[in-house]
Amino acid sequence: MTTLAELNAARDAAAAKMKQTDDGQPITRVVVGLATCGIAAGAKPVLEAFEQAAQAAGLSSVRVYQTGCIGMCQFEPIAEITVPGQEKVTYVNMTAGRAKEVVEKHLAGGQVIEEYTVGAVTK
Amino acid sequence: MLKKISKLPFSGTPEQEARLQAVIAECSGDKSLLMHVMQQAQGIYGYLPFEVQAIIADGMDIPLEHIYGVSTFYAQFALAPKGKYNVSVCLGTACYVKGAQDVLEKVMDELKIGSGECTSDGLFSIEACRCIGACGLAPVMMINDDVYGNLSPAQIPGILEKYRNN
Amino acid sequence: MAVKPLADTEFYKKQTRLALRNCGVIDPESIEEYFAVDGYQALAKALTQLTPEQVIQIMKDSGLRGRGGGGFPTGLKWSFTAANAADQKYVVCNADEGDPGAFMDRSVLEGDPHAIVEAMAICGYCTGATAGYIYVRAEYPIAVKRLEIAIDAAKKHQLLGKNIFGSGFDFELYIRLGAGAFVCGEETALMTSIEGNRGEPRPRPPYPAVKGLFGKPTTENNVETFANVPQIILHGAEPFAAMGTEKSKGSKVFALGGNINNTGLVEIPMGTRLREIIEEIGGGIPNGRKFKAVQTGGPSGGCIPTEHLDIEIDYDNLSAIGCMIGSGGMIVMDDSKCMVDIARFFLDFTVDESCGKCSPCRIGTKRMLEILDKIIAGNGTLEDVDKLEELAYHVKENSLCGLGQTAPNPVLATLRFFRHEYIAHVTEHKCPAGVCKALLSYNIDPEKCIGCTLCARVCPTGAINGTVKQPHVIDHDKCIKCGACETACKKVHAVYKA
Repeated sequence: MTTLAELNAARDAAAAKMKQTDDGQPITRVVVGLATCGIAAGAKPVLEAFEQAAQAAGLSSVRVYQTGCIGMCQFEPIAEITVPGQEKVTYVNMTAGRAKEVVEKHLAGGQVIEEYTVGAVTK
Repeated sequence: MLKKISKLPFSGTPEQEARLQAVIAECSGDKSLLMHVMQQAQGIYGYLPFEVQAIIADGMDIPLEHIYGVSTFYAQFALAPKGKYNVSVCLGTACYVKGAQDVLEKVMDELKIGSGECTSDGLFSIEACRCIGACGLAPVMMINDDVYGNLSPAQIPGILEKYRNN
Repeated sequence: MAVKPLADTEFYKKQTRLALRNCGVIDPESIEEYFAVDGYQALAKALTQLTPEQVIQIMKDSGLRGRGGGGFPTGLKWSFTAANAADQKYVVCNADEGDPGAFMDRSVLEGDPHAIVEAMAICGYCTGATAGYIYVRAEYPIAVKRLEIAIDAAKKHQLLGKNIFGSGFDFELYIRLGAGAFVCGEETALMTSIEGNRGEPRPRPPYPAVKGLFGKPTTENNVETFANVPQIILHGAEPFAAMGTEKSKGSKVFALGGNINNTGLVEIPMGTRLREIIEEIGGGIPNGRKFKAVQTGGPSGGCIPTEHLDIEIDYDNLSAIGCMIGSGGMIVMDDSKCMVDIARFFLDFTVDESCGKCSPCRIGTKRMLEILDKIIAGNGTLEDVDKLEELAYHVKENSLCGLGQTAPNPVLATLRFFRHEYIAHVTEHKCPAGVCKALLSYNIDPEKCIGCTLCARVCPTGAINGTVKQPHVIDHDKCIKCGACETACKKVHAVYKA
């Protein structure tokens, strides 16, 4: 990469890749906070559970990523889900079991599990 | 800080030395890489006995007293072997105000050794460490790479038991 | 839908995320995701559209000051290095985050490593440096791994290396691991350590801008400072300079911890009132306890008491009351904490971490610790308190580097705001908070005691006597003040400290 034009092209391609799959479906983005605090609180099994459950449910437009510190240490592990066209949902105190449940009810069924969201545990 | 220096006889293997020599060969052109070599050496041997420091001194063409000076300056370099499971209790500020001292005392009590010491069977060693940056989970301790947060002294025996039976 | 978004929670509402903008948003191990959020656009802009002088001018206009604790204007620092001609110059990133209780640098490195790579390259371009070193604590393995991935990816995309963006500018980046020495957070000690030595500080002048790493002109900044750079270059100085107070621009990340309901990383505009952080973002003090003080700046900082809760946080306001922002640790303490004990805790830390090169710090801090130990043991006098204060000023004024110059701060700040606690320790031989063990005794309230014998059974020294269903008594000669009886008596709370 040696020119600004190439960088711009890389940006646009990357932004598009974050929005839709290769065959044009809009992507549902799941990110799990995998900084030191998150990992210490058990975020790795949560990440794996999301990946496995999404695959098992055949949700081909769901992409699961790790990310850095989301900031609320005492609610780790934290996972955030962005369904295209909808407000981002933040799930807190996640476990592998809860991740599976979220995939089934929220990602597959379209029903947010409110009691696991940040709004349920904080003001 | 005062370091505990091991009186155990050195028991390095030729394989360990070959690995160390490979690291030295890669770095010997740049003396500023001394700490990197020492970190790798500690990874290979578990600690930095004089014999290992002497190998580094020869290979890097750096005086042994300089290497000894560096090894005693930094907390990370150990001059005595650690246990198979090294328990480090964080005594950073956040952990301290949440009762880390009680956790450390409970660990010492359970293992019947002090901070900086190793049990006679070589299974456990204890150290009080600086902030590991997991302040939101205070008080925190690490056993090798496993992090335990939101601890209370009562949880300690159960946690240690898991490693005893491993 | 009634689901509350994260941004609407009390914890987030008042925050403004600049340095942390990508943390918790992108995948830190993917350079593509960094591209998608305008990654490396600032570097491209600097290299292809701006002269080094223009870049430095933007940094000066932004008003960004060093986030590692010193608060020195970043643009000015860069201009000093740029002004010195040399065959080789360096950029150094201080990621040796040693203050206990601070972890924002770790979070940036783990969450947005490319921002640091990009900022260091920009700094290299405008100061004339072609190589950079990132000195990271060995205690941060995940940060190191993600930095390595970031540097490799940047090299692969020719964003590091030779002739970046065809501008003729070359830049290489190396990682060096620390080995657990707090003093290496001091800039000259850090450079001595990168060179492969004991990390002892060097006298200044000469300043690093003249004679720094390997004797060459060097610009050193902290992680959070660098994290702010790309967007300042990309969006210009104005948006950043519009935020904050007159002399402290932009936002600052604080690591909120201790006795507070919401712990975590908090990024707020400079000038936010401390009360808003504690009561609104932090959600107040748990367990029905009362706020006592907030400790800022780690072992170099001080304690801010209730009467200053309405202070607007910036560099100058905090230093005016003898505290400092420092690297941004913010430990909240409730009324169960003894401030003499807290001062001792920090001094114990600096005594342990003093490198020993200069005598005011090596000997002075040790003597101060001895006086504090004497006070805590109940053997102190009013004279000791005065001596402690006098010694603190000597150490502050005569030490070689930042560690020694700031080591007395926790003592001076607690003497300033909590002198009555010191006085109570030496005149009444009482620890008002009930922390210092030598000064308290455990007792059983005969009115409350139901004679359940729980306390007697857990007492390790057999100091508790009494028969079943009769009030028990603690023998103070045998008692070792371990507190096991108090913990055991959780039904009727008959055991109390006095």
